[in-house]
Amino acid sequence: MSMQLTSFLAEVAPHFEGYVYPNESGTHPLWGVLIVLYPYITGLVAGAFIMASLVRVFRVQALEPVYRLSLLTALAFLLCATLPLLCHLGHPERSYQIMITPHLTSPMAIFGFVYAWYLMAVLLLELWFDFREDFVNWGQTEPGFRGFIYRMLTVGVTDVSPKAVALDHKLSWIISIVGIPSAFLLHGYVGFIFGSIKANPWWGNAIMPIIFILSAMVSGIALCVFVYMVLTWLRRRALDLRCLDVMGMYLFYALVIDATVETLDWIHRAYSAEEGFRVMEYMAQQRLFYTLSIGQVLMGTLIPLVTLGTFQVARKYISTAIRTRLYFTCSVLILLGVLAMRWNVVMGGQFFSKSLRGVMSYKLEFAGAEGWFLGLILLSLPFIILTVLIHLFLSQRLPTSGHVPHRLETK
Amino acid sequence: MLATIGGVFAGLLAVPAAQVLKKRLRKTPAPSSYDPSKHKWLMCVDVDKCIGCGLCADACKTENHVPEAKHFFRTWIERYIIKKPAPDSGAVRGEVLVDSPNGGRGGFPPTLVPRDEILKSFFVPKLCNLCEASPCTQVCPVGATFDTPDGAVLVDPTYCIGCGFCIQACPYGCRFLSPVTKTAEKCTLCYHRITRGLLPACVEICPTHARVFGDLKNPVENDPLQAFVEKNKVHTLKPHLGTNPRVLYANLDKEVR
Repeated sequence: MSMQLTSFLAEVAPHFEGYVYPNESGTHPLWGVLIVLYPYITGLVAGAFIMASLVRVFRVQALEPVYRLSLLTALAFLLCATLPLLCHLGHPERSYQIMITPHLTSPMAIFGFVYAWYLMAVLLLELWFDFREDFVNWGQTEPGFRGFIYRMLTVGVTDVSPKAVALDHKLSWIISIVGIPSAFLLHGYVGFIFGSIKANPWWGNAIMPIIFILSAMVSGIALCVFVYMVLTWLRRRALDLRCLDVMGMYLFYALVIDATVETLDWIHRAYSAEEGFRVMEYMAQQRLFYTLSIGQVLMGTLIPLVTLGTFQVARKYISTAIRTRLYFTCSVLILLGVLAMRWNVVMGGQFFSKSLRGVMSYKLEFAGAEGWFLGLILLSLPFIILTVLIHLFLSQRLPTSGHVPHRLETK
Repeated sequence: MLATIGGVFAGLLAVPAAQVLKKRLRKTPAPSSYDPSKHKWLMCVDVDKCIGCGLCADACKTENHVPEAKHFFRTWIERYIIKKPAPDSGAVRGEVLVDSPNGGRGGFPPTLVPRDEILKSFFVPKLCNLCEASPCTQVCPVGATFDTPDGAVLVDPTYCIGCGFCIQACPYGCRFLSPVTKTAEKCTLCYHRITRGLLPACVEICPTHARVFGDLKNPVENDPLQAFVEKNKVHTLKPHLGTNPRVLYANLDKEVR
């Protein structure tokens, strides 16, 4: 069994081939599974927000059923986006220094501000303007603590006259427009954190931010498909097939562009064949074979691409039951594929020495700060938060204002 | 108008940056009488003079309390063995083997490569390259890593958050995350020594004078640094990365990265 597989299944001794700098020869790569999750979760945020923007800004009517769900999904994941980073720091208690005395040439420092901007100025505001009318109504009808929460969330703004509500939606629309470049900035910046490391030929790449943004869109839309289908099944409701088909269509387009750009990146690397390419080629063929060739390329890209592509040209020949199952399968495959992509970027960049003379293997442990158990908890946390958010704001028994996001701004 | 606003904004940002650097400089292990603006330190290494004894790596560990484990080094020595090319291969040299057992500390064991297969072999001492455009300083999110006016690159361990970004950004593998302090560590040129008129521990102990260290702003009579630069054709590691290292190597082979 290959070293990569055994490292997942059992403990193996630190293993090196060739020469690695002594400071690189520790038992773990410096950045472990937590740093894999950081771009993954951030990407899901950006993608889910762009999914919501399709309704509000680009007026895609068919996606109305997932508009609020997408925004809440983005919020649930955004609240957890910095947790893996914090858990990974040697001194998490000093992390506030990033915001207080940021070093302005550092991509990581600026990320703090981009994150804060996106959370405070974009996502929370858009959600608040979108939900304010409902908060006022629910605050009046809901008893007890729940009603208190809604009343608190109105922040005292209880005017629900048509004029005030129209202003809410106008502002929400403006924020949504600002939100699209902000979402790109948020995740593009994560890509830049890796792309700016010129010391590492696997990372140092001008189009890394673009690749991150595109894969974020793919994973975010896939997450919305996944969450929407699971929620509908849990509620024993019928799926809106038109909505699903349109999500599938956008997923397909995003995947085509993403796969094209990533392929182009590899073609460029292979053709230019610079100093580090030999070791990268070895990595792709040996150390990352399962996560790159099987996980990311075959399962996460090619199979969904063919399946969703077939739906675009021959949808009417495929039964509803098969279609929904395949949409679900594709969304799961893409979510895992993008996770594999993040793994390949973060870990791949650390599996070879910067001397370009040696490679290392990795022992993924169960426990500890870099263990997969903590990773699993951090990855489950957004889903727990999302469950609470859905319970509070998308409850079936709460009447909604019934507004249609894509039409409101024209009022 | 925009330029004015930009200028004011940049000025506002520059003031705290300068204050932060001042604060960092006050916390270095240098004595209070030391003025970093009056010195410019430089390290030179003559590859041909290094015998791979490993005393420098050992002295560094002792002097700077570097963690004992085999993957924490502020300086280390690499052994390069270049084999003869296979007959009729049309190549001028064969396989290149590099190793650095325990960072070269305690010397190197005899190689397993038969003597008649070796084309040439040499040792290369490694340390922080003191980059003029140091990528580690550039990426530090809180400015805990900083360039001193005298040419050293230091880390403020009371400020470092332990994110490891600088370790990833260093092209030369010169940094590590200390298991003791949970902060980034690296060669300081023995800042506590050089600011008191002493040599770095690795230079002091080198029996062959493979490492030459000096102050460009205060040359002495028959300055060894000037002599080194005059006598040798010098080179730096990974020059294509544009980091402008201030550790100069003489007699460097193209295989050394």
